[in-house]
Amino acid sequence: MKLFVRPILLSGLAIIASSTVAFAQETSEIDSGATAWMLTSTTLVLLMIPGLAMFYGGLVRTKNVLGTMMHSFTAMGIMTVLWVVCGYSMAFGENVLGGWFGWNSDYVMLSGIDDSIIDGIPEYVFSMFQAKFAIITPALIAGAVAERITFKGYCFFIALWGLIVYNPLCHWVWASDGFLFNLGANGAIDFAGGTVVHISAGVSGLVAVLFIGARKSHPHLPMQPNNLVMTMIGAGLLWVGWFGFNAGSSISSGLSTAQALTVTQIAAAAGALTWLIVEGFHQGKATALGFASGILAGLVAITPAAGVVQPGGALVLGALSTIVCYLAIILKNKLGYDDTLDAFGIHGVGGIIGAIFLVFFIRESWMADAATAVGGTWTVMQQLGVQLTAIVIAIVYAGVGTFVILFVLNKFVKIRATEEDEMKGLDNVYHGEKGYGMITPN
Amino acid sequence: MKLIIAIIRENQLDQVRESLIQAGISRITVGNVSGHGRRVSEEVYRGQKVIPNLVSNIRLEIAVNDSFVQTTCNAIMDAAQAHDGDMIGSGKIFITPLEECIRIRTGERGSDAI
Repeated sequence: MKLFVRPILLSGLAIIASSTVAFAQETSEIDSGATAWMLTSTTLVLLMIPGLAMFYGGLVRTKNVLGTMMHSFTAMGIMTVLWVVCGYSMAFGENVLGGWFGWNSDYVMLSGIDDSIIDGIPEYVFSMFQAKFAIITPALIAGAVAERITFKGYCFFIALWGLIVYNPLCHWVWASDGFLFNLGANGAIDFAGGTVVHISAGVSGLVAVLFIGARKSHPHLPMQPNNLVMTMIGAGLLWVGWFGFNAGSSISSGLSTAQALTVTQIAAAAGALTWLIVEGFHQGKATALGFASGILAGLVAITPAAGVVQPGGALVLGALSTIVCYLAIILKNKLGYDDTLDAFGIHGVGGIIGAIFLVFFIRESWMADAATAVGGTWTVMQQLGVQLTAIVIAIVYAGVGTFVILFVLNKFVKIRATEEDEMKGLDNVYHGEKGYGMITPN
Repeated sequence: MKLIIAIIRENQLDQVRESLIQAGISRITVGNVSGHGRRVSEEVYRGQKVIPNLVSNIRLEIAVNDSFVQTTCNAIMDAAQAHDGDMIGSGKIFITPLEECIRIRTGERGSDAI
């Protein structure tokens, strides 16, 4: 994801990264290998969204299956349109308003990048790759408030959340002039979206849960998944798509791509296996849903770290993330708040674990680069300070932003479904359809 | 002892179930069924409004002692009528005599087994 800086350092060009368009025109040679991989990655990340729809859709009750899947699918519509109109400009333009977000009028409607090429990759590809991250992040939040949010309220919420929370965060962490990108020696490490995607979505989910409250009858009536088979397929698609998410975030097709891909596979496996073992000892049975949750816990934790850790570190991060997420879900049940599909319990907690503990597994060459960059020494503890700063900023910004959006939006659009609607189910009330057996047996 | 069989709208299962639980009736059997009623329901399928000739419904079976019959029926009716306006087709309740009831685990019979 460190598109503009690392390749420039490597090739020894001292070009200020913010003048991307000028830079692009100077090196207009297309690297077909990198472009091909980035096109593939873009597709893979998009595949995660139907994957998420299936994962979440299978976990809710029958009457809400379509409504829940629609949360993911509508995000594809809303966030893509917003991204083209102004999102890309807000995220990857030059600092405005003191660096709150970016702006570049060339990026509005993607009008100025028609023939732009950056680092051998058409800028369209980079923009569309990034658009997928803007789609999946609000779609993750939907898991926290599933089964009780109104469809209209959700649509307005993710649109505002994308503009006010996601785009600025993305700018801070990934744009070359973002302040978290330049924090410390070599920036806060967030390779593929630990803070931007997972911590921000998880924390926002938690705030949204506290704002709109628990589902009716939670927790005294059991609410069981309608189709775990679909959930398993969804988890599988997420795992596959995550290769695009992480390995694509190298924005190249080379060594760093391979490094990211390898640790992604390892952390997912370590996370899933750890969940089986922990659950096996704790509950006596190893559940399919547990395995799927472990996959996600591992993947989420490796997301910020995929660019800097090695296989040993990936094993530890995946396992550690699962253990902490497992405890977080037990704690959630004790506290009684209704984070329905554990958006905070997995994405928030796993993202925080990954972003903190990656510092102990950074490969030496990265630390050496960082030391060179500050012209002296750079220690793990110093990097830990940078990571903690970035995490706290992401938590506070996403949390406060989400609360303000919900508070104001709720004055205009009902966010919480009425008790009656909740009992009838989202599918019937908001979509006039049902997920299964629509054509009755005749 | 009576066997109460209620056919209700699919989307009102939770309302009816919660109403029954509040009335102290928690031993019920639920099934998906479909059939013809007076209701003419529209569904949207591939952008077109269609009227399925067999409509999905929920069938509840509740075995109760005689003194609970009225409570049970009231609980179902209160919940299933709620906020449906003038729409026809809220369902039906059938009550039939129940000859015997046996709890399999203990072999108890009659009213005690319900």
